[in-house]
Amino acid sequence: MVKITFVDAAGQSRTVDAEEGSTVMEAAIRNDVPGIEAECGGACACATCHVYVDDAFMEKLPKAEPMEEDMLDFAYDVRPTSRLSCQIRVSAAIDGLVVHTPEQQG
Amino acid sequence: MTDIIKTDAVIVGAGPVGLFAVFELGLLDIKAHLIDILPKPGGQCAELYPEKPIYDIPAFPMVTGQGLVDNLMKQIEPFNPQFHYNEMVDSLEVLGTPQAPLFRLKTAGGDVFECKVVLIAAGGGSFQPKKPPVAGIEEFESKSVFYAVRKMETFRGKRVLIVGGGDSALDWTLNLAPIAERVTLMHRRDDFRAAPHSVNAMRELVAAGKMDLVIGQMTGLKGADGELSAVSVKGSDGAAFDIACDRMMPFFGLTMKLGPIADWGLNLHENLVPVDTEKFETNVPGVFAVGDINTYPGKLKLILSGFHEVALAAQKANRYIYPDKKVVFQYTTSSSSLQKKLGVA
Repeated sequence: MVKITFVDAAGQSRTVDAEEGSTVMEAAIRNDVPGIEAECGGACACATCHVYVDDAFMEKLPKAEPMEEDMLDFAYDVRPTSRLSCQIRVSAAIDGLVVHTPEQQG
Repeated sequence: MTDIIKTDAVIVGAGPVGLFAVFELGLLDIKAHLIDILPKPGGQCAELYPEKPIYDIPAFPMVTGQGLVDNLMKQIEPFNPQFHYNEMVDSLEVLGTPQAPLFRLKTAGGDVFECKVVLIAAGGGSFQPKKPPVAGIEEFESKSVFYAVRKMETFRGKRVLIVGGGDSALDWTLNLAPIAERVTLMHRRDDFRAAPHSVNAMRELVAAGKMDLVIGQMTGLKGADGELSAVSVKGSDGAAFDIACDRMMPFFGLTMKLGPIADWGLNLHENLVPVDTEKFETNVPGVFAVGDINTYPGKLKLILSGFHEVALAAQKANRYIYPDKKVVFQYTTSSSSLQKKLGVA
């Protein structure tokens, strides 16, 4: 199991266990983490699982695919650290990952 | 005065479950009209994930969203369903009795339908434009902020800001550039999802000094009495500035909203319509809810569950529409009368 911490817009943090091979979005939904809607269920089709990746982990993650970049156009307050959590694959390499959920999902 | 369209059944929503309802109703000689807010059939399958694989449709180890829709369209062809696209059902009025239901539906565009049964197959609700979450935007909507163009003339001589990077944003940028006083296109990055030829055409206009391109994101609106004067922007370098404009059109894709269904006198539970599991009927006799929009103990939002639901709802609809007809259960494999309806006998 890999630990992932979600920090909401108010600063409250929740750490959950995520299975390797699943996605960060799935870890949020399975553990009822607020701030992640995932309206489309992980099809990279809605931009409602938008997160800001903590600076310390940006380089450990593979770059967003063009499809993810396109979907990020539909998110709000997109920053250089913005990602869609349904496209971040959980692996041992990102154990301890910290992501911040935005004030509002699309 | 619009002619009233009279039919047996109106299906609200042309997603996979609404489409298959045509089949199940059709086998029982029930004619159906479908109404959908999108310009094409397929609902979420066609709009959100046409290329994505689906693995849990029985007998299809894998089918894409669009592939499923195409097959359903072929399957229901013998029943000649009538489609009404780009329309949202606004109101539902009960004219009949619980024993002999009759309904009048009106669309936002003014079409009027009269039918004996209604199947609500509206999925997550109707697709509507996503609103940018900037404070006070409601005040400007339909006055100086628009999510669609109804009449291009209303943009003549105006300073128009278009926000987005997809086909809608680029198409309207190109269409309005010759009409507007000045068009500015804003997008969060200098990379566009829109068709390359539109992007090239836009870049040519920018190079010729005929329009402006701004890379940035909207942070606020300025103006009074619904009339916009400027949009506040955070540039790609983080710098804040204003873009002066009279009209703004944000194109941030679509989202699903329950919409007018909430006002049809149906019981609702967390934006879903409760139904029984024998007939998938709502609290209003003759109005059925099928697919993702309904709820009942054990409900799963699966396409295959929706297919089952329409088969049972159609049986009850049959009793409303043909109260005196003897109910004979038949298989398409062996029934010559069903095969005749399917055009294969």
